[in-house]
Amino acid sequence: MRNNTANNCWSDTGTASNALLEKLADTGFSLQPYDSEAIKRITRETIDRTVIYIGAGTCGLGAGAAATKKEIEKYISDKGIDARIIEVGCIGLCSAEPLVDIQVPGRTRVSFKNVTSEKVISVFDDFFKGVICEDKVLGQFQCQSSLIWEKIPFLSQHPFFAPQKRWVLINCGIVDPLSIEEYVSRGGYASLNDVMAKTPADVCSEVEKSGLRGRGGGGFSTGRKWKFAAAEKSEQKYLICNADEGDPGAFMDRAVIEGDPFRLLEGMTIAAYAIGASKGYIYIRAEYPLAIERLYYAIDKAKKHGLLGKNILGSGFNFDLQIKMGAGAFVCGEETALINSIEGKRGMPKPRPPYPAVSGLFGKPTVINNVETFANVPFVFLKGADYFSSFGTATTKGTKVFALSGRVARTGLVEVEMGTTVRDIIFSIGGGIPNGKKYKAAQIGGPSGGCISEKNLDIEIDYERLKTVGAMMGSGGLVVMDENTCMVDVAKFFMDFIQRESCGKCIPCREGTKRMLEILEMITRSRAKETKEQALIRFQGVMQLTELAEVIKSTSLCGLGNTAPNPVLSTLKWFREEYDAHIYDRKCPAGACKDLVTYKIIEDKCKGCTICAKKCPVTAIKGAPKSPHYIIEDKCIKCGACLAACPFGAIITE
Amino acid sequence: MMERAMNTMTVNGKEVPFNGNETILTALKREGIKIPTLCHIEGLPPTGACRICVVEDAKTGVLIPSCSFPATDKMSILTHSPKVIKARKTIVELLLANHPDDCLYCDRNLNCALQTLAEEHGVRQRKISAEKIKQFVDNSSPSIMRDPEKCILCGKCVRTCEEIQGVSALDFSGRGSKSRISTAFNVSLNLSTCVACGQCVNACPTGALVERSSIREVVNALQDPEKTVVIQHAPAVSVSLAEELGLEPGTDIVGVMTAALKQIGFNYVFDTSFSADLTIMEEASELVQRVTQNGVLPMITSCSPAWIKFAETFYPELLPNVSSCKSPQQMLGSMIKNYWAPKMNIPSEKVFSVSVMPCTAKKFEIEREEMVSKGISDIDAILTTRELAKLIRMYSIDIRKAGSAECDLPFGERSSAGKLFGASGGVMEAAIRTAYWMITGNELTNLVISELRDKENYREITVDINGLKVKAAVVSGLGNARLVLDKMMKKECDLHFLEIMSCPGGCINGGGQPRAIDKEAVKKRMAALYSIDSSAKIRVSHKNSSVMGLYENFLGKPGSHKAHELLHTTYQKRTDLI
Repeated sequence: MRNNTANNCWSDTGTASNALLEKLADTGFSLQPYDSEAIKRITRETIDRTVIYIGAGTCGLGAGAAATKKEIEKYISDKGIDARIIEVGCIGLCSAEPLVDIQVPGRTRVSFKNVTSEKVISVFDDFFKGVICEDKVLGQFQCQSSLIWEKIPFLSQHPFFAPQKRWVLINCGIVDPLSIEEYVSRGGYASLNDVMAKTPADVCSEVEKSGLRGRGGGGFSTGRKWKFAAAEKSEQKYLICNADEGDPGAFMDRAVIEGDPFRLLEGMTIAAYAIGASKGYIYIRAEYPLAIERLYYAIDKAKKHGLLGKNILGSGFNFDLQIKMGAGAFVCGEETALINSIEGKRGMPKPRPPYPAVSGLFGKPTVINNVETFANVPFVFLKGADYFSSFGTATTKGTKVFALSGRVARTGLVEVEMGTTVRDIIFSIGGGIPNGKKYKAAQIGGPSGGCISEKNLDIEIDYERLKTVGAMMGSGGLVVMDENTCMVDVAKFFMDFIQRESCGKCIPCREGTKRMLEILEMITRSRAKETKEQALIRFQGVMQLTELAEVIKSTSLCGLGNTAPNPVLSTLKWFREEYDAHIYDRKCPAGACKDLVTYKIIEDKCKGCTICAKKCPVTAIKGAPKSPHYIIEDKCIKCGACLAACPFGAIITE
Repeated sequence: MMERAMNTMTVNGKEVPFNGNETILTALKREGIKIPTLCHIEGLPPTGACRICVVEDAKTGVLIPSCSFPATDKMSILTHSPKVIKARKTIVELLLANHPDDCLYCDRNLNCALQTLAEEHGVRQRKISAEKIKQFVDNSSPSIMRDPEKCILCGKCVRTCEEIQGVSALDFSGRGSKSRISTAFNVSLNLSTCVACGQCVNACPTGALVERSSIREVVNALQDPEKTVVIQHAPAVSVSLAEELGLEPGTDIVGVMTAALKQIGFNYVFDTSFSADLTIMEEASELVQRVTQNGVLPMITSCSPAWIKFAETFYPELLPNVSSCKSPQQMLGSMIKNYWAPKMNIPSEKVFSVSVMPCTAKKFEIEREEMVSKGISDIDAILTTRELAKLIRMYSIDIRKAGSAECDLPFGERSSAGKLFGASGGVMEAAIRTAYWMITGNELTNLVISELRDKENYREITVDINGLKVKAAVVSGLGNARLVLDKMMKKECDLHFLEIMSCPGGCINGGGQPRAIDKEAVKKRMAALYSIDSSAKIRVSHKNSSVMGLYENFLGKPGSHKAHELLHTTYQKRTDLI
């Protein structure tokens, strides 16, 4: 079931390396070299019994995949269907979860969308009758040796998938994440085997040549970072994978680990070899129990087959990996805070220099990369640095995974070639803004990033270019907002997040972000709730907002503080008029800031039915029966009960 | 020429040399260029928390923290560019946004780093407002008061407590603007592991950590015609007080101080160095007894009350090693009430006994139940060196014109060995001088044991006393002490005698001392003690005739039953109570 058509968004990763399989033979690995039939069986290109795939990543489970699975089990046992159920990771299209694929012998695998438990019977009944309902199907997979279903579109041609380029996510949602045999059968660990024949210095150079840059947000050259650590002379070096994915709206790392855990392990092992680290940590947030479970399982498996631990692939190289769970502090995604946390200390950043590559975990040279960076590494060696660097823009090579969410028709995980425009991601892949609303902005890079206004939609995804519009790549959160979103409110949301998650160590971040939040709260607060003195302080605050932001940016200790004012600065830059409306007119144009909305009764339309006056919980509506009513603004608590109750549409908001 | 060029940076347009691994701050400080700091602790690695020390990279315009950024070749920085000054001022304003506006009533008024910074940066109005968060003052400890509202979270207390003292009674808790300095489980200080050493009080840049003042009690006693108020001053006070009164660090003003105390109205002024000599007699005899009668070794000194609490809290297994001698201060307190008062025909309850100490833990020590006999405390109140300076100012005494006076007898006579107690290693030096005499009957030819002097960390010597090789060691700073104590716990220690002082460098750097701007001042205090010793007539405790007279007339001999009753004490394993 390999997907090797030229226009396919899933890249071809080749097949199992026989050189690797020869080394694995003594470890009880069930796949022997040169056994192409076995590979076809393992990758389920040929099957002898029905296979049912359930997208059971955290996102799928959230959408009800567990109930769906129960229902399917019941269905197949009731009907006596001989079928195997595989829980796969997330294929990316979260808005279509729960996803269920069915593959019967000789036919291609078909993917059904939104298969909640109550839809199981109808989907399966139809399918086994040979009917595939078009409104329930997402598409079919491509497979040369299997018969295709008539009139069913190919998944790779689905508008969500077609513009994507899946390198990191290639296996996600397709393979059995717990099967090391399947990973190997799809070309997995071939890179590690090749790398072992090279010198560590060559490995670093190759990664540098590929142009791979840190996908955690900083965008530092991965190869150069490795070289720094490799150049350090130390008896002990460490490798850390940063899987402390904490940005609101980001879930790329989780999906990669849940859907393809061996890819991360392979990438890390290559990196460890390159820098000479014998011990590694995966720092993962404890809120990812499924990902943690899969990692433990995968580590165990990899160790069993000599792909991790002592004497990896008979090379004499040792690399042990330990999982360290984070306790849910956003700041622990910052590398020096993360190191402190692993050391058992409070997660507080340390000044750099010294950089971790020189003095990191326990004072030893340490390389920290994030999940996506490591997951890219096997691909770099599989296809070669030149191939990798032939994709992307002048400064930014390869692909980037984004977690697309918010007011967009199709949400989920998206992997695109660098240089793709934001417009393509949102309007082609994401399918645009639902409910006929207008696009307003997209927040890229989470709380550290900025927003992309309509004017900048054609900006190409690239570390440097995003900075020119006050945004940043960040780890890959992409939250789309429509016309009903108030940008001041958005800035307030991120400021609230940051000030709560600030570690409290340095003054500008600890005190400054809180003050910035308070200023934003003041400008979205109703006049009725403030005294004259508070109104004065509000104006004072407005005048200080940018000044404060600049000081926080330029003086904070770590990346969290340095980027904390970005959401405010970027919304101020692109949506100044919205701020002005809040500040001078005391109005929220998007109608999102409840305090600034005024309710009014249109005299002509009001029949004096008194329903609104009766519904008003604070008796803010007055008026004689059968004559137009009016609202006392000072008393109104903006609950909206009158608006909902008016049978004549006489009440409006401004 | 080449080498010089390798190590220069440009600061405000001028060439400034620096050494290999120096930070910008260290280099600038040496060159006399002042950069304000709030969180920097000399001698510890930088944390980069306060950001006040930022300087501008002249090439990129980026602000970099000078405390942690290494000076690099050809670097060009601006220390007071408009951008830098604006950043510093904003940071100060952020700190002031919800800081209590009670400078007038604050212990640190006119002596506060935050106040100084605000003044230096021309903060003249509250530009950034924020709601004040009500937090309660923790006055549970007899030694230290903590006012969280005044805390600017620089973390100096946390690092001092953990990295220097090895106690870790304080740490950060909470996140963001809800971050606080807290004890474990946010219990009050008296229930925490705090040993009351007061090093955090010295480190604190604001009034968030201050000693619990006894000035009012003392003034009340002075005004009470019924009371005979006596005061004793610790060896380290006379060489430290000067700084607090605007004189040169390291000036010994014992005569002036005595005159001032008398002018204030203290009826008798005694010298704790007298009882340091007494302590040496008791301690040396205890050591000789332990060594000759197979007692628990090594014997550890017991002068430093924070060390005692530290041992009781963290190393209760080692309590049998601690000398049973009371501290010199408590010995003198006991002698004043039990020997001197009856001799003077003053009922001991009419005696109000005050001590001026370089120490905050002494305030804790006098409240220990072991230090009270028949309902009467050995000592009634402790003033720190800083509090004494305040008292002197309160009584408007011009220190330059106060004249000079002698301490009162019999507790005014001292040897310089007793005076050495004020510096780390001093007890050991004094003890060896007397132990040698006790065992051999002869005096040491060279009284100065330089191996023990002028160093902060652990040092060890072996003294040959008539073939008996006594192995002794000295350590100061409880964090350093931990290293030796851990060895003792593992039975890897073959010492006979160990001196432990809680504060790094000993009492001259105590928690009640003037807050030294740099370590140089502390060194000068130490040097002053050594110079007193080198020019003294009586340099060994056993030649203190008043001490000898006290034994003859009252105590009998060192280690006698009476001495044990009045000059020795017991310790208790501490779980959670003060």
